[in-house]
Amino acid sequence: MAGLVTVFGSGVMTNSVPETENNDVIFVIGSNTKENHPIVALRMLKAVKKGAKLIIADPRRIPLVKHAHLWLKQRHGTDVALINSILHVMIKEDLINKKFIEERTEGFTTAAAAVEGFTPEVGEKITGVPKEKIIEAARIYAAGKNAAIYYTMGITQHSHGTDNVYSLANLVLMAGNLGRESVGLNPLRGQNNVQGASDMACAPNVFPGYQKVSDDAARAKFEAEWKVKLQDKIGMNAIDMMYAAEAGKLKGLYIMGENPVMSDADQKHTLHALKSLEFLVVQDIFMTQTAELADVVLPAACFAEKDGTFTNTDRRVQRVRKAVNPPGNARDDSWIIMQLSHAMGYEMNYADMSEVFDEVGRLWQNVAGINYRRMEKGGIQWPCPTTDHPGTPYMFKDKFPIGKAKFSAVKFNPSLELPDDEYPFTLSTGRQLLQYHTGTMTRRVKAIDTAAHEAYVEINPADAGRMSIDNGAMVRVSSRRGSITLKAKVTNVPDVGVVFIPFHYSEAAANVLTNPVYDPICKIPELKVCAVKLEKIQEDKNHAA
Amino acid sequence: MGIKLTIDGKEVEAKNGATILQTARDYGIYIPTLCDNPALEPYGGCRLCLVEVEGMPKPTTSCTTPITEGMKVKTVTPQVERLRKTVIELLLSDHPNDCMTCERAGDCKLQEFAYFYGLRSNRFYGKRRQYTKQDGNPFLERNMDKCILCGQCVRVCNEVQGVGAIDIAYRGFDAKVCPSFENDLNCEFCGQCVSVCPTGALTGRIWSKKGRTIGIKEVETTCSYCGCGCQLNLHVRGNEIARVSSKPDNHNEGWLCVKGRFGYEFITSPDRLTTPLIKRDGKFTEATWDEAISYVAERFKKIIADNGPDAMAGLSSARCTNEENFLFQKFMRAVVGTNNVDHCARL
Repeated sequence: MAGLVTVFGSGVMTNSVPETENNDVIFVIGSNTKENHPIVALRMLKAVKKGAKLIIADPRRIPLVKHAHLWLKQRHGTDVALINSILHVMIKEDLINKKFIEERTEGFTTAAAAVEGFTPEVGEKITGVPKEKIIEAARIYAAGKNAAIYYTMGITQHSHGTDNVYSLANLVLMAGNLGRESVGLNPLRGQNNVQGASDMACAPNVFPGYQKVSDDAARAKFEAEWKVKLQDKIGMNAIDMMYAAEAGKLKGLYIMGENPVMSDADQKHTLHALKSLEFLVVQDIFMTQTAELADVVLPAACFAEKDGTFTNTDRRVQRVRKAVNPPGNARDDSWIIMQLSHAMGYEMNYADMSEVFDEVGRLWQNVAGINYRRMEKGGIQWPCPTTDHPGTPYMFKDKFPIGKAKFSAVKFNPSLELPDDEYPFTLSTGRQLLQYHTGTMTRRVKAIDTAAHEAYVEINPADAGRMSIDNGAMVRVSSRRGSITLKAKVTNVPDVGVVFIPFHYSEAAANVLTNPVYDPICKIPELKVCAVKLEKIQEDKNHAA
Repeated sequence: MGIKLTIDGKEVEAKNGATILQTARDYGIYIPTLCDNPALEPYGGCRLCLVEVEGMPKPTTSCTTPITEGMKVKTVTPQVERLRKTVIELLLSDHPNDCMTCERAGDCKLQEFAYFYGLRSNRFYGKRRQYTKQDGNPFLERNMDKCILCGQCVRVCNEVQGVGAIDIAYRGFDAKVCPSFENDLNCEFCGQCVSVCPTGALTGRIWSKKGRTIGIKEVETTCSYCGCGCQLNLHVRGNEIARVSSKPDNHNEGWLCVKGRFGYEFITSPDRLTTPLIKRDGKFTEATWDEAISYVAERFKKIIADNGPDAMAGLSSARCTNEENFLFQKFMRAVVGTNNVDHCARL
């Protein structure tokens, strides 16, 4: 999101999901939408039925490819080269929106210079996408009157993730595809309340509403509301926390509803960091792999057992309502936090969750017009500054929060760990349709666990044939960090030389293998590319085990 | 401008290309249907929506007939009512009479029409379709003897979900909805087909015997899986969720995925944490809330006193609510005194 904040001044989906059906060009890059945002994918299919052109850029044959007019199968980690080549074609063929560039952007010349060397031929060499397809993609995208781009972690989970985002921003800016209904740049949010957790500033550098902790005026406002002195120094992010714990600088960690042992890159490092802590508290609904390491585990209520709000991927604040009671002595997270706060000498007194939301509204203009009473009629999309404001379906209508949007000159950097003789395969990780994230919830749904019971590694039939690996055979996958053993799934979803492992399964955790190198700006780990080797496990060995 | 016509003597107006059924619905005029769904292409299968149009020799299906200028439509006449009743009778003649145990009793369109037309006995009888259940999938239960061949499941799978897992095979009395080669269902298990099925032919396997309509309270909430933020209706009976549905007027248009529709069983998992646990000598022991809260507070206070507030950090969650995240960061900043707070947006 830091990428979009730099470019536009705000890092959110520019459009809303219902607008998708009126796109005439849909460009999906690094998003397995049909499996990971199934309902957004349905709107895409609706648009395709109405005549929209669907371009997919993805190294894997994801389910949406079946519906695509054009599939760009770029090599893993070469997105910048692909987008730069598309930009090159747009500039060369004069397919750019000069009026928009002139009026609403800055930095076009340097960005244009940066893509000058990215001819379709160069693009083809780096990405493996035939140059004709690169040219066709540029023409289709530029011809769209209502063209929108959708992306997710396939763009961001790279050591150059921010560059990927910058290059996509260049694409929408050159085409002038912003500030109108059904045109824009849309990062789809992977978890139910990523948007909300970001908005509420569970982040080390900002207060709720993206107000910098270093900004005196913002700090004064929060100090007045909370009646306490606040720190102006930026804190540690999740990645730094783990290193600080290992170094002995971080002593106590309080984790609410997170399972970093499973979700973070390089599990060995995460385990070591958490074990180095003096005191770890985990608040969750299940005994997760992370909770096992805790000194105290606090039982929490799940979504069906409490009141509150989630903010979905298109900035829509929606009610969560209590339907059943939590089991045993489990309690709402909010109740636990308030009790802890009281025990530490600070009173948090709220009669109900609507009062908490009202406090957010007092401190952040963009949700000041949203309250529980209004949400009885349905969700409201922020920005919504006043109670008579209808909410905002699409962003940047007349201006960007930073005035003019910024082009970026983006250089292509390859992923940091590429296949070599010892580790000849590229490993990519992600989710599959049935399971969810670290599996703590879905693996406890019998039906889902029956249908998607086991960890597996997707292998291209050509590689499997060469290595005599049968579908369903056990294989060992190893990287420089560790190795896991799991079933082979022989399928043409990954390309030759590439394997894919979903990260839901603790018994064969993909993040044992992944490379803990991070994007320097966003601190997102490179979960989408690392080098691994495969070994077939011999039948007798398997039997002995 | 729009096209003007009269329906049941009422002057109405609609866009060129609209059907009689769509126009009637826009004006709140009820026409019974079994195969129609506003989200799907018109089908013309069930023949319940027959209406009389002045100048047309025979009743016509209102769902597939476009409106024309000056058209005069009658939706209720003795003739169409007789035809509708016969259609229901014919459907019931090959339908198991097991409303007593059917999951959909009370929420079944066929049962409802039988009720309105007072159909306790039937003029028609004969051979009935017999099917053996063969589903190995854990999500959907298919009782094809209750299928009325309205084709909504086939169309939703194809038109909306883009999967096309099922179609109508064979002809006439042998016609049935099935996956290719009558294999087991192997699809995305979104359950869109279940949500549009007008009878008990398709239900959720985990819904079985959890409750039908009596004693059910519906609670509207937001799904807790991905960022789509679909609106769910939790059907609650006692302290348990009996099933999940979604309303078509939501931003997700009533559609859900396999996790949203069938992935709620974790709520009642025996693995749920039910009491605070404090680790003593490497083993978790149960504690009361008072003990746990004061123990955590003491340990936090000691770390802050010995090493300063920046020796503390908090990791919050994109799974929790806005209010919980707000309170969590407020706790870290205002109570502990550090900006060391983050969440997992990156993963």
